[in-house]
Amino acid sequence: MSILVFIEADNGVIKKSSLEAVTYGSKLGDVTAVAMGSIEESELAKTGKFGAAKVLHCSDERLNDGVIAATAALIAEAASQVSASTIVMSRSSLVDAVAARVAIKTNSAVVANVQDLPDTSNGFTVKRGVFTGKAFAFVSVPDGNKVLTIAKNVVQLEESGADAAVEGISVNFSDADFGVKRVGVHKQEGDILLPEADKVVSAGRGLKGPENWQMIEDLAGTLGAATACSKPVSDMDWRPHHEHVGQTGIKVAPQLYIAVGISGAIQHLAGVNSSKVIVAINKDPDAPFFKAADYGVVGDAFEVVPKLIEAIKNNQN
Amino acid sequence: MKILVCISNVPDTTTKIKFVDNKLDTKGVQFIIGPYDDFALARAVEIKEKEGGTVTVLNVGLADTEPSIRKALAIGADDAVRINAEPTDSLFVAKQIVEYAKDKDFDMILMGRESSDFNSGLVHGLVGELLSWPSIAPAMRLDIDGSTAKLHREIEGGHEEVEVGMPFVAGCQEPIAEWKIPNMRGIMMARKKPLAVIEPVGVDGVTSYDSFELPPEKGECKMVDAAQMDELVGLLKNEARVL
Repeated sequence: MSILVFIEADNGVIKKSSLEAVTYGSKLGDVTAVAMGSIEESELAKTGKFGAAKVLHCSDERLNDGVIAATAALIAEAASQVSASTIVMSRSSLVDAVAARVAIKTNSAVVANVQDLPDTSNGFTVKRGVFTGKAFAFVSVPDGNKVLTIAKNVVQLEESGADAAVEGISVNFSDADFGVKRVGVHKQEGDILLPEADKVVSAGRGLKGPENWQMIEDLAGTLGAATACSKPVSDMDWRPHHEHVGQTGIKVAPQLYIAVGISGAIQHLAGVNSSKVIVAINKDPDAPFFKAADYGVVGDAFEVVPKLIEAIKNNQN
Repeated sequence: MKILVCISNVPDTTTKIKFVDNKLDTKGVQFIIGPYDDFALARAVEIKEKEGGTVTVLNVGLADTEPSIRKALAIGADDAVRINAEPTDSLFVAKQIVEYAKDKDFDMILMGRESSDFNSGLVHGLVGELLSWPSIAPAMRLDIDGSTAKLHREIEGGHEEVEVGMPFVAGCQEPIAEWKIPNMRGIMMARKKPLAVIEPVGVDGVTSYDSFELPPEKGECKMVDAAQMDELVGLLKNEARVL
């Protein structure tokens, strides 16, 4: 079976989540990867170690802008060239916007936010997250072409095999594919991006004001973690919206989530309950977060956080 | 400006999710306009107030979704249409929207980035592709400048500014607008606004939801004394193995 996997890079390095998608695809059939924009050939070839036989690379510079319609056109063209029966993509802001368009272009059924490998014992059934992390659903996908977007950490990376062959792919883009013009990008540089982070330090109203975030950044820096916040904090503009984790914000699934001064309202928990380990630090012993956390500390954030930073540093030495 | 806003009808975000007979246990559950759709609706009403035009609200659902539709009318939509069907999957819903919208000359179709019950986040892209219109999501800002729409789309670690001509589709999220609470006058007027009920078109190739499962229960939270952060670090390193 021919499987197409769309891979993305960040600063020229293929994302871990994209390599997971290659590994996922290799469990279903023979993987061809498709990539776009400025990525070195040697970096693309790396996907071979995770199961891709070949990478189709579209180096059209206009695609560096992450244009939704053009990306969909590229993926559909690649799928047609390799007669892909299933297209696998790891979730990202671009993939979430592109997957549906790819599905229509390739006459595929589409399932988003897949949490596991498919069960093919009787048809094709996948598990996906629903009710904003509060439940899972098992979905039967009809026969024919399929598009799947997968969540982070659905498969363990398996490294073996040789480099993939890299070939160019050209697409006859239409003007409509570039109908949406990017006129500016505002992106934090240097920091660890929240949706990709293995560790997250998050803080809420318990910090009393934006001027107190330095210790949160220090804790995050010590751990190599990304910073996040609760909805009220983002609503009050203490922190930017792209740090807001919860029901209507970013959903995270890190190895470690440390919540400081966040009570743990059900809407916040919906954004974090896929985390592997949760630590809650709150001065209120009845804070609901303690019911959702693995480890809890009852105490004043302004005393606990500096002690925690010190303990982590001691441990690292 | 002729705007179509598509809304879902979902359990209140505080709902404790349970299933009976492989369906959501709706006993005691309050249903609301999808929170993301509510942002789209609020922005649509603001654009109408500034630029003139109309806002039509569309829901794919059975008669029990009408309180949410009436609320959308009370918030400021001019008329409503309900496609009389259980929304079974994203493709099914998208095809209903397209069938309704294809010959109505809308300048834009707005909806939430995803429904908060099934979370697929696919409908805006499906509708865009089916109509051959651009689709933009998640849109966190939307301004109209003549015949151009200027949007902010959230990306990892920030946002991009994009411009697009009309018509287009956008999947919205905060902070595109503040949620609007209907006032008494709005509620009174909503009763008289037209709500058309249309039968659905058939859709092939849809997915089906066979069963549901709840996440495993969390174990007991292990409490660590606030003065013993070395102990916490030890637990995270040796027991949880995340450091």
